[in-house]
Amino acid sequence: MAYSEKVIEHFKNPRNVGTLDKSKKNVGTGLVGAPECGDVMRLQIEVDETSGTIMDAKFKTFGCGSAIASSSLATEWLKGKTVDDALAIDNMDIVEELALPPVKIHCSVLAEDAIKSAIEDYKAKNEA
Amino acid sequence: MTKKIYLDNNSTTPCDPRVVETMLPFFNEMFGNAASRSHPFGWQAEEAVDYAREQVANLINVDSKEIIFTSGATEADNLAIKGVFEMYAKKGNHIITLTTEHKAVLDSCKKVEKMGGDVTYLDVKEDGIVDLGQLEAAITEKTILVSIMFANNETGVIQPMKQIGDICKKHGVLFMSDATQAVGKIPVDPKELGIHLMAFTAHKMYGPKGVGALFVNRKNPRVKVTSQMDGGGHERGMRSGTLNVPGIVGFGKAAELAQKEMKQDAERLSKLRDKLESTLVNNLEEVYVNGNVEHRMPHVTNLSFKHVEGEGLMMTFNQNIAVSSGSACTSASLEPSYVLIALGLGDDLAVSSIRFSLGRFTTDEEVDAAIELLTNGVNHMRDLSPIWEMFKEGVDLDSVVWAEH
Repeated sequence: MAYSEKVIEHFKNPRNVGTLDKSKKNVGTGLVGAPECGDVMRLQIEVDETSGTIMDAKFKTFGCGSAIASSSLATEWLKGKTVDDALAIDNMDIVEELALPPVKIHCSVLAEDAIKSAIEDYKAKNEA
Repeated sequence: MTKKIYLDNNSTTPCDPRVVETMLPFFNEMFGNAASRSHPFGWQAEEAVDYAREQVANLINVDSKEIIFTSGATEADNLAIKGVFEMYAKKGNHIITLTTEHKAVLDSCKKVEKMGGDVTYLDVKEDGIVDLGQLEAAITEKTILVSIMFANNETGVIQPMKQIGDICKKHGVLFMSDATQAVGKIPVDPKELGIHLMAFTAHKMYGPKGVGALFVNRKNPRVKVTSQMDGGGHERGMRSGTLNVPGIVGFGKAAELAQKEMKQDAERLSKLRDKLESTLVNNLEEVYVNGNVEHRMPHVTNLSFKHVEGEGLMMTFNQNIAVSSGSACTSASLEPSYVLIALGLGDDLAVSSIRFSLGRFTTDEEVDAAIELLTNGVNHMRDLSPIWEMFKEGVDLDSVVWAEH
């Protein structure tokens, strides 16, 4: 199966690869997937506490090209969004942008889960 | 790099130019139907087929009357398994095979089960080799056939054919082997090994696609199979259908070349394979060789690169190198290679696997280039991998509660 050009572009030049300090109060971390399923995504956001805007986002992903491209794209979209706007990102937006075939839709679902999980973590840290 | 490096010879091999040259006249100049007995066009085709049949028979040291041409190894596997099941129905209905067999064997066995047969699927040991004690214990009075592949397509592991043949002989059971990956690459002598039926194909040995053969033993015992393709009664009534004359001619030439060049090819390729394998294992951390390394095809290695997903890894170099992965990330439930799972590999190692299969046209330079591309690819993927980072930080990955999806 051939990958779309956008997937290949993200795969070759992944945006925002890296690690944020998860001990910081304004950093939310989401780790989703499992090694035996062939996909693990870790997505992190760093939030400006006064404005509620996501200042930085980083990811690392173990998985196929579509999984890597989905998480790379997600970090691009997250930056500059408020936490609440970020929650509105839908996996089908990723499918559309990357032209993922049906068999790769689960990669976009995982990216959406990773976003939600990172935001949840951030919120949990900041509720107390 | 402009030239693509092909290290997927277990999937298919390119036709040797000498094979193509031999085939060409049979498309238009000598186009006759080998079954046309009444004119020279037919005689010419028949003669060419007879000659090719000799070439193929010589390669495996059998009589040319024992070669049944088919469309490929899949058809030969189907014919052997279903054909024996039908022909020997009075004797019994039990077949024994391995969980690591090719789908052509496994799915034929599943069909046999639907037709009222009883099939035992034996697990293999961690090195991919059959447990002979288990095999013998599985034989019952109803057993008519043992079907065990010669060499595995994914790992290259070679089964102890002589010992299996001896067990089958002792119990009066027919022994069939899918020898697709072995014939033409290593010496294969079914008579000496006690194999009664053997499937193989041209396109894995530098011949054309669409032509294969089933060896059917004619004496001691005389084996028969019920035809699965009915029609004009070609191939001793076991496989009807106009013979693929150009394909068969090419198969014959490929067999002749394999017989002549097998030894030198195997020696050269095993050195290249060993270099590829040992350099990657030494260059990179956490690389595992899958399957028995002593009883293995000379041109194959199957490696797991831990904490790197195989399909993603292939994407780093698949513009330049062709290989296969035990990972098929194609659905919500990933299906890692059933062959590697049968070897007891965890799903995580199975999805991290890459099969390299070298061939007659693989060069030293290509292997060097592949080593470099692979090393860079694995390093790139590990830089991207959260589980590699966790592993390097000393996190016990088995203790992590994963959010499975």
